[in-house]
Amino acid sequence: MFAKSLGLSLMLSELKVMFTRRRTWAMLFAIALIPILLATAVYLSADRLAPGEGPPFLDRVTQNGLFTGFTAMLLAMPLFLPLTISVVAGDTIAGEAGLGTLRYLLIAPVGRARLLVVKYLGTIAFTLAGTFTLMIAGAIIGAIYFPVGPITLLSGDVIQIPEALWRMALVALYTTVSMMGMLALGLFISTLTTIPVGAMTGVLIASGVSQILDNLPQLSWLHEWLFTHYWLDFADILRQPMELSSFGSNLLLQLGYIAFFGALAYGRFTSKDILS
Amino acid sequence: MDSSSNLAIETAGLVKQFGSQRAVAGISLSVPRGSVFGFLGPNGSGKTTTIRMLLGLADVTEGEITLLGNSIPKDLDTALPKVGALVEGPAFYPYMSGRNNLFRMDAADRNSDAKTRASRVDAALDRVGLTNAASKKVHAYSLGMKQRLGLANALLKPRELLVLDEPTNGLDPQGTREVRNLIRSLASEGITIFLSSHLLSEIEQLCTHVAVMSAGSIVAQGSLAELRSHGQSRLIAKVDDVDKSVELLQAQGFAKIKISGDQLTTPADAELDVAGINQLLVKNKIGVSEIRLEHPSLEEYFVDLTGEGFEVVR
Repeated sequence: MFAKSLGLSLMLSELKVMFTRRRTWAMLFAIALIPILLATAVYLSADRLAPGEGPPFLDRVTQNGLFTGFTAMLLAMPLFLPLTISVVAGDTIAGEAGLGTLRYLLIAPVGRARLLVVKYLGTIAFTLAGTFTLMIAGAIIGAIYFPVGPITLLSGDVIQIPEALWRMALVALYTTVSMMGMLALGLFISTLTTIPVGAMTGVLIASGVSQILDNLPQLSWLHEWLFTHYWLDFADILRQPMELSSFGSNLLLQLGYIAFFGALAYGRFTSKDILS
Repeated sequence: MDSSSNLAIETAGLVKQFGSQRAVAGISLSVPRGSVFGFLGPNGSGKTTTIRMLLGLADVTEGEITLLGNSIPKDLDTALPKVGALVEGPAFYPYMSGRNNLFRMDAADRNSDAKTRASRVDAALDRVGLTNAASKKVHAYSLGMKQRLGLANALLKPRELLVLDEPTNGLDPQGTREVRNLIRSLASEGITIFLSSHLLSEIEQLCTHVAVMSAGSIVAQGSLAELRSHGQSRLIAKVDDVDKSVELLQAQGFAKIKISGDQLTTPADAELDVAGINQLLVKNKIGVSEIRLEHPSLEEYFVDLTGEGFEVVR
């Protein structure tokens, strides 16, 4: 039923289009470079950081390579990850419109709502690929440069390596969920234009503005409504027991953004004249 | 169903308004099933906008569309799988092969059968002669190859109607010939073909029916023979005694005789007995070096209707 109504073969085709594109692999490679550069810099620098100096966890990387992924994620969340993701999110509809393939998809006929859903799921797939790439590259490079062993969590508890790997996967999932609101915003902006770069820039600006607002104490009433508000809270996964209340709020917030911008995208796209 | 079931495309008072401009100003098309219907008009006359409305890409401002018996846009999903189309040039993912592009487009239609996909894609590629280039990436294709791939995309499934917007655009003379032959062979299979073009010669060679668009309106519509009959045939004669000939012809009821040098031109009936006139002149000792009946060309009629020159009408 699902396969017939949504079109499993359309979904697979969407992933194929995305992952046969060299740009997608270039971006995943760039994401993988973050932990690699980070670990290399830490490895080569003579001075050891005092605990608490630099970004969170950075001082722990030398003690345990498994921290590389977490640290790299903290560095990538504010800008680099949103940057690559905005490329994909902005490209969804605008990219097809720019190429002209949108009109051929629509007369196939793909169904406008169905295309939106598949495009959105495609951006989530890319985000998953990106966050897992970062965590896996971090684990590998960390294991090459530094000792690997049981991890001492923020709460002082110690977890074994398999448990640590499981938590790394959870971090990748958490950050993917954190991006879902922005992906919905990107989908909507993408229905407004036929120029993908314009849509990408729009998404990136929105994420920048949201993060700035989140840093203004005068606007504290607004903070919990900003889609970037919980972006760095994945650190809660490194507590024992796991602190999941922020995840719950984050999930609700992201679902709210999906509902709002999903509805806008649907309203806009299903009534739009396709003139490209 | 009534007479409308004999029509592949029917529109009534179709209007498309962009801001203050009427791109399509109330047109009523009747495209008979099985016809090769030429949709002729200068660039910018509203042809592509009309096609976009027919295919549900653009909203209808006013009026009604019936496509293969389905009301558009309401029953678009029922009608579209039976329609293959090439709209405003081919468009593909340049970083994918021609074959994979067709796979992608076929997967987009939820009604298409995944099991037969590979064989249908290969058949379509074969039909347009692209089998050898199927695994090349599209960015390496020439414009002509892209155009053919666009046609292959329109032929992925058995169709009842093909909407082809300027299908020979950008093709070399050989490619143009091949595409025209392909259209003829598709038409002979009984597929209705709606062919938009700004090239009169193309329409004259291929089509059974024509509608002429100018500045958003249809200025003429009918079978090719009907449109041809609109113009006036002319009798042209070259004689050695102009004055006497004019006298004789006027006596036969010919009016508005134009003289230039030794040549006379006069409007005449399309069924005129030219040999009889020739005999009449010769009997009166007039030397006739040339006499013929000239039928109106569609081109003159077309220029009459749409205006001459390159100026953008709107």
